[in-house]
Amino acid sequence: MTPDPAPAPPPPPSPGAAPLLSVRNLVKEFPIRSSGLIRKQVGVVQAVSDISFDITAGETLGLVGESGCGKSTTSRAVLQLQPATSGRVTFNGVELTTAGKSTLRRLRRDMQLVFQDPFASLDPRITVNEIIAEPLRIHGLYGDKGGGQKKVRDLMATVGLKPEHGNRYPHEFSGGQRQRIGIARALALRPKLLVLDEPVSALDVSIQAGVINLLEELQDELGLAYLFVAHDLSVVRHIADRVAVMYLGKIVEIGPRDDLFDRPQHPYTQALISAIPIPDPRRERSRERILLQGDVPSPANPPSGCRFRTRCPKFLTLTADQQQRCINEEPLLIGRGPGGMATSEDAAHKAACHYAETLDVL
Amino acid sequence: MSTEYGHAATGGGRNPGGAVLSVRDLTVTFPSDDGPVKAVRGVSYDLRSGEVLGIVGESGSGKSVTSMAVMGLLPKTARITGSVEFRGQELLGLSEKEMTSVRGKKIAMIFQDPMTSLNPVYKIGWQLSEAVLAHHDVSKEVARKRALELLEIVGIPSPDKRIDQYPHEFSGGMRQRVVIAIAMANDPDVIIADEPTTALDVTVQAQVLEALRAAQHETGAAMVLITHDLGVVAGQADRVLVMYAGKPVEIGPIDGIYYQPRMPYTVGLLGSLPRLDQRTQEKLTPIPGTPPSVVNLPPGCPFAPRCPLRTEICLEREPALLPVLGAEHEAACHHSDQLVNHERAMEIFSTDPNAVPGAGPQDGGPGAEQGVGESGEQSAGPSPAPSAEQGTVQDPASPAPGPGPQPEQGSGPAPGTGPNRDQNPGTDAGRDPGQDPQSGAAQ
Repeated sequence: MTPDPAPAPPPPPSPGAAPLLSVRNLVKEFPIRSSGLIRKQVGVVQAVSDISFDITAGETLGLVGESGCGKSTTSRAVLQLQPATSGRVTFNGVELTTAGKSTLRRLRRDMQLVFQDPFASLDPRITVNEIIAEPLRIHGLYGDKGGGQKKVRDLMATVGLKPEHGNRYPHEFSGGQRQRIGIARALALRPKLLVLDEPVSALDVSIQAGVINLLEELQDELGLAYLFVAHDLSVVRHIADRVAVMYLGKIVEIGPRDDLFDRPQHPYTQALISAIPIPDPRRERSRERILLQGDVPSPANPPSGCRFRTRCPKFLTLTADQQQRCINEEPLLIGRGPGGMATSEDAAHKAACHYAETLDVL
Repeated sequence: MSTEYGHAATGGGRNPGGAVLSVRDLTVTFPSDDGPVKAVRGVSYDLRSGEVLGIVGESGSGKSVTSMAVMGLLPKTARITGSVEFRGQELLGLSEKEMTSVRGKKIAMIFQDPMTSLNPVYKIGWQLSEAVLAHHDVSKEVARKRALELLEIVGIPSPDKRIDQYPHEFSGGMRQRVVIAIAMANDPDVIIADEPTTALDVTVQAQVLEALRAAQHETGAAMVLITHDLGVVAGQADRVLVMYAGKPVEIGPIDGIYYQPRMPYTVGLLGSLPRLDQRTQEKLTPIPGTPPSVVNLPPGCPFAPRCPLRTEICLEREPALLPVLGAEHEAACHHSDQLVNHERAMEIFSTDPNAVPGAGPQDGGPGAEQGVGESGEQSAGPSPAPSAEQGTVQDPASPAPGPGPQPEQGSGPAPGTGPNRDQNPGTDAGRDPGQDPQSGAAQ
């Protein structure tokens, strides 16, 4: 991806440029075991069920969905922290799912992870200097003492921390500052892709804004690509170039940010967006909410056909024949025209609904 | 929408216009090894019949402790002063027995985590009936019928089946709706909801907020809605109280607070929110620094170290809550007049970290949180009391010497870092208990 010289403007998701990360038909299953001594496997949960997406260099893909939809599992399977059950993950042209340990270790330099909880993800027993130096040492890049220390100091300055505080321990920093330490550690190896798993959801709003701004600035400066996993759609609208919405292990809609938020096509995306409160009392009073009935079904036994049909407000308005299609036939994630007609598989904005229809819910 | 319910309730003939709950100069102090933790430092508000008052603030601002004090739920070690009147009856100082007759019947509370409010070994129906029977002399059959009704109101599907299930068979959102049903059971005059939707997914949050509205509509109760989510408040509340470091810094009608804020903290809070409905990629305006520790607060305005408008007086005198836009809208700021026509965060807060007062420009880092942040961190951190105090006082003062204090001054805290660090192992143990009451109670 190095030949791509201008990562700063939000790159169009053109199929022409080879993507930095390419995920195809990714499936991640977890066994369900019986209780008792033998713990025989009695079933399987498909946490991630046949999903595909691309991320180009310098781009941010927001992956959103409610708890249990498989978004965090996806991020871990992409990094091969949990081996995928099937499917392909190609990073920079190299297939990761079949790569050996040493290849993976080398490639991990280029893809790093920032965790949600800044209190649990930093070793409380070592100083911030050591936390940030650790990846450098592991990959043999720390160099001599002076060189390594300079690298660490530079990294701390990059994320807006005072390098003099490098000798302090994590507990001496506030939540926002700890998250900056986590980001500095992830940046240490100059990665091309950062996987951010709910990076700001543990922070108070006034602190969260600073970390979001930092992430944006780093992307502009370093040309990083982000896989930004979050449940907060307001944050994702702010930071992402493209957004993928997950429900029960599947991507139900994916598209350029403004397309997706202003013209959502899938009934789940519409309900999700309409449920988010906007900090604007006048707008809130005039908004109509799409209230979903019931709860997310168990991923161990997902509904046939379209997985959302059991809660779908659109489903209730369909004729019996149309409903039958939702029950029998799983909708494909493809470009959709009026009435949900399939248009093109290469469309930028795709929805997995037989009867997809644009609806302005903001 | 919320106002509609407000009127509906006052129309219900419950003492229209009058205050149901009146809190005056409420303070709550917890003892700790680091000195007294002043979690609440003087809160006053009137909750009018049928209205929804939103209390917003970040973690540790004292919004939850305030309500726990109102309900008489704080541990005995807490020192509470001031007055809490429910329809003229003083609640502070009531015996546990007297308080029990108020709780549930007159004032009901809904907590963040529904699992801690429900008993896992009893069926939902039993728990609902118990709440009804606690304050009413009716038969078990009548209580069960009422329980069914309540489940219906909060939107539990097929309540006749659900009533005989246990809490673990319910999802998080449904549990919270059961808790709301229990809160409604005795037709209370006041419902206090403490972060009722914080742990929930957005689509579930929408269901629970709907249930809360239904509950309020049904009972005509006034509601205190405590949350950190300014979006939730925008859609629910009639009036808003903004808390910072244990004190209200602004209170007023919802539109006034959102469109004409008169306290820099409120402005900053609104400016730091990413907006779902905004296409333009404006930069967010974070508030520099971190909230102060409420142990050994320095004199002056507690927001001063983070405030772009601060002057000498802000560091000396804590501003009182004074009317700014009519008698209804009050703000605690020496410079609230400067905010007239500057209601957008970016006009007063700088997004450029180098321009942040107190930030060492030499670091050039993109983090606006940094410079002043260090002072906040120090005071919140493990340093023993005096140095914490100095840390916060010095830092804001540093712009006074002018643009001079660059690299070396910037490391001004750094010489302090050495000894500070050495003291840490010692103060570490002392710090945790110090923070516990604060953080624990804040939830």
